[in-house]
Amino acid sequence: MKLIDIIRFAGKAATGYPTRTVLMLLAMAIGVGSVVVLSALGEGARRYVIGEFSALGTNLLIVLPGRSETVGGAPPLLGITPRDLTIADAMALRTSSAIRYIAPISVGAAPVSRAGRERETTILGSTADLYPLRQLEMAAGRFLPPGDPERGEAICVLGHTLKEELFGSAPALGETLRIGDYRYRIIGVLSEKGQSVGLDMSDIVVVPVASAQALFNNPALFRVMIEARDRDAIERARKAVVRIIKERHDGEDDITVITQDAVLATFDRIFAALTLTVAGIAAISLAVAGILIMNVMLIAVSQRTSEVGLLKALGTPGRRIVTLFLAESAILSLIGAALGLVIAALAIWVMSLIFPQFPIAAPLWSLAAAVGVALFTGLVFGVLPARRAARLDPVLSLSRR
Amino acid sequence: MIDLKDIRREFVVGDETVIALRDVDLQIGSGEYLSIMGPSGSGKSTLLNVIGLLDRPDSGEYLLEGESVTTLSDKRQAALRRHKIGFVFQFFHLIPRLSAAENIELPMILAGMDGARRKTRVTEALSAFGLSDRARHRPDQLSGGQRQRVAIARATIMEPHILLADEPTGNLDRHSGQDVVDILEDLNHHGITLIVVTHDPDLGLRAGRRITMVDGAVATDTGTAQSPPAGP
Ligand SMILES: Nc1ncnc2c1ncn2[C@@H]1O[C@H](COP(=O)(O)OP(=O)(O)O)[C@@H](O)[C@H]1O
Ligand SMILES: [Mg+2]
Repeated sequence: MKLIDIIRFAGKAATGYPTRTVLMLLAMAIGVGSVVVLSALGEGARRYVIGEFSALGTNLLIVLPGRSETVGGAPPLLGITPRDLTIADAMALRTSSAIRYIAPISVGAAPVSRAGRERETTILGSTADLYPLRQLEMAAGRFLPPGDPERGEAICVLGHTLKEELFGSAPALGETLRIGDYRYRIIGVLSEKGQSVGLDMSDIVVVPVASAQALFNNPALFRVMIEARDRDAIERARKAVVRIIKERHDGEDDITVITQDAVLATFDRIFAALTLTVAGIAAISLAVAGILIMNVMLIAVSQRTSEVGLLKALGTPGRRIVTLFLAESAILSLIGAALGLVIAALAIWVMSLIFPQFPIAAPLWSLAAAVGVALFTGLVFGVLPARRAARLDPVLSLSRR
Repeated sequence: MIDLKDIRREFVVGDETVIALRDVDLQIGSGEYLSIMGPSGSGKSTLLNVIGLLDRPDSGEYLLEGESVTTLSDKRQAALRRHKIGFVFQFFHLIPRLSAAENIELPMILAGMDGARRKTRVTEALSAFGLSDRARHRPDQLSGGQRQRVAIARATIMEPHILLADEPTGNLDRHSGQDVVDILEDLNHHGITLIVVTHDPDLGLRAGRRITMVDGAVATDTGTAQSPPAGP
């Protein structure tokens, strides 16, 4: 018997009994659909977090004051009181050839007011390097000019939302803004660009780092952000940072350097594991579908005993009958799996309409795995009914009508 | 061509043993037209099933065309059924989801014949059995006589040497029964060995050789010598 004929015969048998076929397809479709949808959610979560973290920039290193044993963890709250990170520390890093940009960062909150409107706003002190490092874009004017970071000019750059709130559609360039007790001239407005981990860059005022330190009366930096020259330079940059700061802090190793790569890799691993777990749980529903397939095929065999008897009378060996019934479960599983993929695609599409900012997407492996597992369960649970069919006594099968 | 020696077949029902075939000896020559009659339960169907390799005797030997087939494997027996033996049943046993043409095509599909050859043979068979305009009909859209003609077409499509019919007219009215008998006899005239089990004395008497069975044994046998009566 030719393969194509086996498939055709089994396909006809599979579609010849609509109710049981629909039942079985539904079970398979739900199983496959839930595997794909759940892994798509997991994958979406992974992409979301990775995306957020990548939006910080590329090839980043973050220098935090304080020593932490676990890379990627938060700075310790206990232990030795670390020495402050200062602007001078940050600028000393310029000697490393592995480093492209250095943006010392000082963060605080202060009341920002203009023409009677006042509100508490995040103030970010930094340097001109922050602009390329964070891949910012200007809506108007320019960013902080390069120059001596120790000099605090009374200039500022507004985030997009903040500008809208304070000025509406009126131009803000050249206007002055009161931050705390000081007046600042607005030299630029950032363009509308999404936020990234921790900091919404649209609801913010950027001032020179020295100005921020004066404003908060605190010479310590919140952190230093560094962009390595390229991917390969990240490790060299990290070593340089540790060495230079250690030298400057009298041999004390009191900073933590987080590399963006390491954090990304960690998130990646966590979310990949999470996705696998939920997909695995969903796969249990495929096993349930498999048991249903077995039931349905057992019914099919008992409904078709005289057909089996006939096939034997026509010279079909038992092995071939097993093949025919297995092909039937395989075909049903595959159609069910295909239906499941359609259901999953629909569900994913609907979710992407409801949550447009969530990057939900079914990973390719989950499609292959779902279909593979569906086929596998179909075959495994099809074996028992198929063997039962093959063992039927043709004389008895044919004596019934 | 069919040589049964001391064929015994027993069935155990509960704690009773029913002897369906009691050491049957029977030789059937190539091209014979044989009818088997006898009361219900006398072992006619069992004998036919043993001859058709659907049932294995408990003892005795069966030579088919000189070859001992009693102990062949399932696979080899299946192959013999595929190529040498055709069955016609009282209840037709057509596959309900397949059309007339597809039912006729089935043995060739099972034998792995290629599609083009199958199509021409099916077309030929349909017209030979007067079913050309019923090719795409499913069994439930056919009359009893038409169903049995489809079944005969299916049984003979592989050009077997032996055609076994168990009460082929048992489920048909007189007229379509006559039709079916004509077809079977015509096949016999063309050389096929025809063995018919029947309750109908009129049909039984038409055969060139007639045996009657009683209680699992051959009671009377008109013998091979008798020439078949003239056709209708
Ligand atoms: N599968 C079986 N199990 C038990 N007894 C059977 C079976 N097949 C046939 N028999 C018995 O064997 C005897 C012969 O049956 P069968 O060949 O069908 O008779 P016939 O076809 O002449 O009516 C009967 O007594 C029947 O009850
Ligand atoms: Mg009978």
